[in-house]
Amino acid sequence: MIALVDYGAGNLTSVKKALTALGAEFMVPESPDDCAAAAGLIVPGVGHFSATTALGAPWRDAIGRAVRAGTPLFGICVGMQWLFEGSDEAPDVPGLGVLEGRCQLLRGDAWQRLKIPHVGWNVLQPPRGPHGSAPDAFSGRLLAGLPSAPHVYFTHSYAAPVTTDCVASTTHAESFAAAVERDHVFGVQFHPEKSGDAGLQILRNYLEMCAC
Amino acid sequence: MRLLTKRIIACMDVRDGQVVKGVKFQQLRHAGDPAALARRYNVEGIDEVVVLDVTATLESRRALARTISAVAREIFLPLTVGGGIRSEDAAAAAVDAGADKVSLNTAALRDPKLITTLAQRYGSQAVIVAIDAKRQNDRFGVFVRSGTSDAARDAVEWAREAEARGAGEILLTSMDRDGTRAGFDCELTATVADAVNIPVIASGGAGGLEHFAEVFTRGHADAALAASIFHYADTSVADLKRHLNAEGIPVRL
Repeated sequence: MIALVDYGAGNLTSVKKALTALGAEFMVPESPDDCAAAAGLIVPGVGHFSATTALGAPWRDAIGRAVRAGTPLFGICVGMQWLFEGSDEAPDVPGLGVLEGRCQLLRGDAWQRLKIPHVGWNVLQPPRGPHGSAPDAFSGRLLAGLPSAPHVYFTHSYAAPVTTDCVASTTHAESFAAAVERDHVFGVQFHPEKSGDAGLQILRNYLEMCAC
Repeated sequence: MRLLTKRIIACMDVRDGQVVKGVKFQQLRHAGDPAALARRYNVEGIDEVVVLDVTATLESRRALARTISAVAREIFLPLTVGGGIRSEDAAAAAVDAGADKVSLNTAALRDPKLITTLAQRYGSQAVIVAIDAKRQNDRFGVFVRSGTSDAARDAVEWAREAEARGAGEILLTSMDRDGTRAGFDCELTATVADAVNIPVIASGGAGGLEHFAEVFTRGHADAALAASIFHYADTSVADLKRHLNAEGIPVRL
């Protein structure tokens, strides 16, 4: 059973619909205690980082405990940003902090008409290695089996930096972390539930890691 | 490097659960089952789908919720619902049925605070303000009530206000071109697209592949929406995207 954490940030319908189509069983935990028994934890989210305020100490503790016990955690959009230390969008609201770094406002580029918010289909690329070369295939488990340079659907204004946890970056005037993975903590800035076949493949990969 | 692709959006005008398409907002013609059309568009590579309720009576409201759920079951792509969304409750019903975004038109002009209310509840990315514009002497005027009533507003000024109030995108329809297949109004589109910092979806007038290339280059559009040319399979979405790609316009293939 997957626990889909609802903290009141917008709309869970599309995530539920995708999980149903993939045959996953899921529940929306009513209290933090429900997280311990889950095979996987998904933190979805659209909208403003301040909505994660609702994920206060009891939720952070419960999710943290589950992750330390080996439960795969998957953050989507604002849910991914929440895995980091925080976001400039709501500087006083702490993130879960399992990944290092802070989310910042994308700059865009008015001259090239690269607008903010970044809305639409953009390309996932393996991040460049220490010697500046980009490998051909994605590393890690979350993006396994994807074609090269897949398009996925984004809608956001803030983004996480490209760090060693980044398994796919995307460029919109600047490069940012589009997908992250460290041990069994995963996150995507885009919406896999809205990204056609590529998105469904990513959700399927995650569900396989939850063994359900 | 520019990688964000130009989006191709299929619009379905729905009445009583069936897709219809008007010419200049009249003479509605029957075109099929929304869920079946959505399935076909998904296979062909459409980037988004818009469902517009063109009747918006209380009875059709309930039919609309069923239509939204049926379409949302078929596609894992962004789904926008518009037409007669006049209140927070109506928007919530659309979202609960499976819409990712709602498109506000007449209601936003009458009560601009609704834009902000919905942006705060669902995020700006979920709120599209639809503007029906028509050439009036030296400006583009805004029309409401399915294009029947002059709102006495300037389209550029209203687009800017909508952005300031929290809209995440502008859906801009040229009433002069809608249903004519004479091409998008690139001047209108560029004028609005250059005036706001949020994406602008061009609509009205798509008749051939070259019209899309034109509105993405000369019209500065971020996305282009069409209905009838996709419905009757005159032009497949796959053919359109191959054409744009060959023209050097970034699209999702």
